[in-house]
Amino acid sequence: MSLETSSKNNGLMDKRSNRISVLAPVSEVDRFREYRRMWATFRKSYSSMAGLFIVATFLILAAVGPSIVPFPEDALGSIHLERKLQPPDATHWFGTDEVGMDIYSRVVVGARTTLWIGVTITGIAILIGVPLGLLAGFGNIWVRESIMRVTDVFLSIPGLILAIAIVGALGPGILNAMIALSLVWWPGYVRLVQSKVLSIRNETYVEAARSIGASDFRIIFLHILPNCMSPIVVKASMDMGMAILGAASLGFLGLGAQPPYPEWGAMISIGKNYLPDWWWYTLFPGLAIYFTVLGFNLLGDGLRDMLDPKQRS
Amino acid sequence: MLTLNNLCVHFPTKNGLVRAVDDISLTLHPGEILGLVGESGSGKSTVGKATLRLLDVTSGNIVLDGEDVTHATGSGLKPLRTKAQMIFQDPHSSLNPRMTVGRIVAEPLVIHTKIRGHRLTETTAKILDRVGLPSQFLHRYPHELSGGQKQRVAIARALTVDPDMLILDEPTSALDVSVQAQILEFLKELHAERPRMTSLFISHNLAVVRYLCHRIAVMYLGKIVEEGPVAAVFSNPCHPYTKALLSAVPLPQAEQNDSRIRLEGDLPSPVNPPTGCAFHPRCQVAVAGKCDVEPPNWVDLGNARARCHLIEEQAE
Repeated sequence: MSLETSSKNNGLMDKRSNRISVLAPVSEVDRFREYRRMWATFRKSYSSMAGLFIVATFLILAAVGPSIVPFPEDALGSIHLERKLQPPDATHWFGTDEVGMDIYSRVVVGARTTLWIGVTITGIAILIGVPLGLLAGFGNIWVRESIMRVTDVFLSIPGLILAIAIVGALGPGILNAMIALSLVWWPGYVRLVQSKVLSIRNETYVEAARSIGASDFRIIFLHILPNCMSPIVVKASMDMGMAILGAASLGFLGLGAQPPYPEWGAMISIGKNYLPDWWWYTLFPGLAIYFTVLGFNLLGDGLRDMLDPKQRS
Repeated sequence: MLTLNNLCVHFPTKNGLVRAVDDISLTLHPGEILGLVGESGSGKSTVGKATLRLLDVTSGNIVLDGEDVTHATGSGLKPLRTKAQMIFQDPHSSLNPRMTVGRIVAEPLVIHTKIRGHRLTETTAKILDRVGLPSQFLHRYPHELSGGQKQRVAIARALTVDPDMLILDEPTSALDVSVQAQILEFLKELHAERPRMTSLFISHNLAVVRYLCHRIAVMYLGKIVEEGPVAAVFSNPCHPYTKALLSAVPLPQAEQNDSRIRLEGDLPSPVNPPTGCAFHPRCQVAVAGKCDVEPPNWVDLGNARARCHLIEEQAE
């Protein structure tokens, strides 16, 4: 089909009124070509698929966890001193803790807490960071400087240390730990989005959008933001892992979730007192954190490869 | 259709004021294609962008279809945005990579009209068809298209609002020669079909200007040095710069290439333009004590005009 020469034959000089009837029907399948191609890129990488598998397993556990575990009541703290600190066996796959709670049940139920923590922290960080980044990238010099300097102040303090200070002020607890981590997490998004906006706002297609009369609002949300999406998505999936690790660290320090709340970091925190003889107490929550963080990182890597425009030409 | 009066576009930089466009006056009559030529850095693209208010105008004014749009803001810009459209040099970067062709072409309609849904798709398909692209392209992304197809999409987007004025900023220079010819052919057909369509064709390709344009304006360092009908300027260039430009066009006959005027040196810095006539440091016929001191005035040459002391003297 010679598309390049068709204007000569049928383009301009034709009566426009009778052209519509002969237009080919638009196929719906055509719409998903782009996604199929992305999926093909993603599937080629074993590590991305492994990441996807781990994350999918984690999400399923988070969804159905309490209804598939053998001792659901143990997740919320019940005391069975007659079976405390038992090693892993057929009944208690991951062993039991110092008050006889089933560690397998607690790890599986803890997935939901962990997902909640990861999504909330990353979500709040995106909700604060992305709009500020867009504003800093698109606004005038005063807006940009004031936003970026505040961001720099936050970035110059190690996140976890600042989070510890904030939790210290608010008081220990899972909710305060999440608030603290959200507050230290957003500056990364501001930096990322701002630098991306600065490069995109000079693209010809933004100028073209302006020349057809697009408003600033339209330019930001339809032309600039979609083109910033891939680094944001990649960073978000990596941050899920990092936020989970951060919350687990606060839990480990005793500043996050409080026992008997089923949170992996808090479990390790108590379990460390029982090392090395009762190793299963820390090992299984530790492995859960390890695989979840690894899964989100692999997924993030895969998403980056998939969303990279250079892959798609 | 379009009048630029004493248009100046200056950019403040660390090294000083860049006079990208310095006191330019141009008039485009309805139906006319004006070719704006000059070497890289002469400010020709800046004229195009300033005309559409994509750049801030330092002084002077822009009158489009009898309406002064120099300082229009907000809804006041709407006449400019619907009457005048721009087609950019590089079609690979002028289309949003995250939007389908259908959405790109429909965007002006979404902004300026209330057409939505099925009618929007229909209208978009019709416009694509006018530029010679089948409606299957509606759901393609720009990276799936060739350079020529992308430029057609860009043209389709510009034609969506039925503009009377097109600013064509080197629309063919990023394309293959064979595709260039198709785009030029298409632009010519477009003008033949719509008598009111007026174009400012920015180019450094003189052959293309000769093929497409009715009038030509030659720019040097932010100023217009010669302007006139294409036939007159090409057969009888008056300004030494125009002569040099025209002589640089390769000729098919080998022996005639000897008469080529070679320009020495580069375009001077627009931060610190030469005194007098900006072209005098590179001009082979410059008169010392006159060309380097006094800026030349316009000399009327019938339907053409040029800015050079030598012509001034001849005229007297």
